[in-house]
Amino acid sequence: MPDKERIVRVPIGPQHPALKEPESFMVDLQGEKISAVTLRLGYNHRGIEKGCEGRTYVQDVYLVERVCGICSQSHSTAFVQAVEEIAGLELPRRAAYIRTLIAELERVHSHLLWLGVAGHEIGFDTLLMYTWRDRELVMDLLAELTGNRVHYGLNTVGGVRRDISPEQVPSILKVVDALEDRTKYYIELAMTEETLAQRLSGIGKLSKEDAVLLGAVGPTARASGVDRDTRRDDPYAAYGELEFQVVTDDRCDVFGRTVVRLGELMQTYSMIRQLVKQMPDGPITVKAPLRIPAGEAVSRYEAPRGEDVHYVKANGTDKPERVKIRAPTLANTQSVAKMLENGYLADLPIVVAAIDPCFSCTDRMIAVKTPEDARTMGWEELVQYGVRWYRERGVDVSKIKMRGDSTA
Amino acid sequence: MTVGTAVVNILVFPGFLFLVALGLAGEFVDRKLYARFQNRQGPPWFQPAADILKLFGKENVIPEEADRTTFNLAPVFALAAVVAASLYIPLWSATSLFPFDGDLIVVLYLLLIPTLSFFLGGWYSRSVFATLGAVRAITQVFAYEIPLFVALLAPSLLANSWSISKIAAYYAAHPWLWLVNLIGFGVALVSLLGKLERVPFDTPEAETEIVAGSFTEYSGRRLAFFRLAINCEAIVGASLIAAVFLPFGLGLAPWLGFLVYLGKVLLILGILALLRTLFARLRIDQMINFCWKVVAPIAFLQVLINLVVRELI
Repeated sequence: MPDKERIVRVPIGPQHPALKEPESFMVDLQGEKISAVTLRLGYNHRGIEKGCEGRTYVQDVYLVERVCGICSQSHSTAFVQAVEEIAGLELPRRAAYIRTLIAELERVHSHLLWLGVAGHEIGFDTLLMYTWRDRELVMDLLAELTGNRVHYGLNTVGGVRRDISPEQVPSILKVVDALEDRTKYYIELAMTEETLAQRLSGIGKLSKEDAVLLGAVGPTARASGVDRDTRRDDPYAAYGELEFQVVTDDRCDVFGRTVVRLGELMQTYSMIRQLVKQMPDGPITVKAPLRIPAGEAVSRYEAPRGEDVHYVKANGTDKPERVKIRAPTLANTQSVAKMLENGYLADLPIVVAAIDPCFSCTDRMIAVKTPEDARTMGWEELVQYGVRWYRERGVDVSKIKMRGDSTA
Repeated sequence: MTVGTAVVNILVFPGFLFLVALGLAGEFVDRKLYARFQNRQGPPWFQPAADILKLFGKENVIPEEADRTTFNLAPVFALAAVVAASLYIPLWSATSLFPFDGDLIVVLYLLLIPTLSFFLGGWYSRSVFATLGAVRAITQVFAYEIPLFVALLAPSLLANSWSISKIAAYYAAHPWLWLVNLIGFGVALVSLLGKLERVPFDTPEAETEIVAGSFTEYSGRRLAFFRLAINCEAIVGASLIAAVFLPFGLGLAPWLGFLVYLGKVLLILGILALLRTLFARLRIDQMINFCWKVVAPIAFLQVLINLVVRELI
């Protein structure tokens, strides 16, 4: 029997218990081994970029915050940073510190959440229950500091909307101490627990070369030995004044990604302590104009899942002309296909989960417009059409010889 | 024994209804312990019964492409086989309801039928997830069934009998000899985890990969039958292990013997719940490797020990 007939096609998604968001993975199986994966985005498109163009900058901060339920601080910070750059606003130092503090607390809750999800994907629900219980500490702290567990509504163009009072400092430190203890326990667990190591080691391999080639970002890239972190390479907010190390790992597998995230948690605790200690006094906001002068800016931000890039183009009104968001998951989806090559079906959920995907953040749509006079063109016809099109605009391309082309 | 009492014995006590009640209680104990180990609240005591009752009231969906006969019969077969097996296991007295020489083999055979019905039900569901689950279920049968057989063979070697009642009676007469079989006890517990398809051996119904495995297409009454079968299998499996490996408190008064029996089953259920708290799900190839390279040799070691001990006594 030829191999082709033995292939079983399994639809993982768009509706599947392993996926918390709709996404389609068509998996071709030979026995338990994966021979090909076809990935399809587009089940969760919300049109946020377009929505931003119809709203004012102030409204956009809240809309952009809702790109992601987990890294909401990331997206709103990346957006306001771009707008501040266009408007030429100088961010008060205290505001930068508060932004950074909330960003790092967000990283804590995101990484703990990831650890739990990873546990669930490999059938280790105890880890899920433990990490999510501990995560409540940081969620409650975020609620205390900003008023919300998620979608903090903290950022505004030119600063932050809430100050941190001296009375809140002890509770921050208390939570950080408690979580540091717990994280040490999880690190020990990851290093010693046999079934965990068996399920995580050696799967979802992504070599350093592939990570660079496929443009992986964040912990996914750092676990493949790519020493890249926007917080250090292109410091924003208060990161330039903090001391921290970029955690990398050479294992290049899911276990490495776990180690990197756990290591990052330990760095984050030390950063939060520095932030609280060094926090300067002063105003938390500067007056921002409602109409942003014409201009454009790109803002980079190291979200928990990797580098988040926002591009904003202003046209002098109170609404942006274009907002473009590249969430970290979009950068990492390419590497997932590579990681799944020759893997087992049983490893698919954890390999996909290991990039900490956020599908709705990354979702985009291509609309193919078919006009009334649509028709099919052959290659020759298409070449002629292209030549004519350029000639009408004063460019003659018919003289240009293409390699291996004798007719043109 | 008249036909009347036999029917009551089979259907009510200690047969079907009693076993179902015990099975639901067992599921509660398992879920509650699992929850408490994980720092959760856990369900109220009537939750398993409520789940089953609700399932009975739900719509029955049969996939169009499924083989209707097999699809319908598989759950019933699973439950019937488990209930039949329970009749040959001594619960709190020294003998079972219908003891005969060789009932150990029959019980092991009957306890294999649920797994086969999971396979058939899944295979004939014609859904890709169910098929994968069915194939995984049948693949891992061989990995845990043989260590289980060998582990149960070892105590019977000492007792020189294939009858569960006689094995129990032998160890009751030689009080401290059961300590020899402790390794086999461990092997049997691990195999029971595989039989019940629990973490770390729950690949046939790994939620995050193949939805619910063999049970993906099952709903309503038929799913309830499958769940009851698994619950009862847990009790019957635990009782079998208790009868063979923990043979004490057999000569006591009935009510006291019953309490001792419940204690033993609770202990085994507790160990199973603890094990499934501690581990991550193994991949099917890792599971097979583990069972053949670690569990099976340990089971054979137990046989070897028992052969030596038999010569010494």
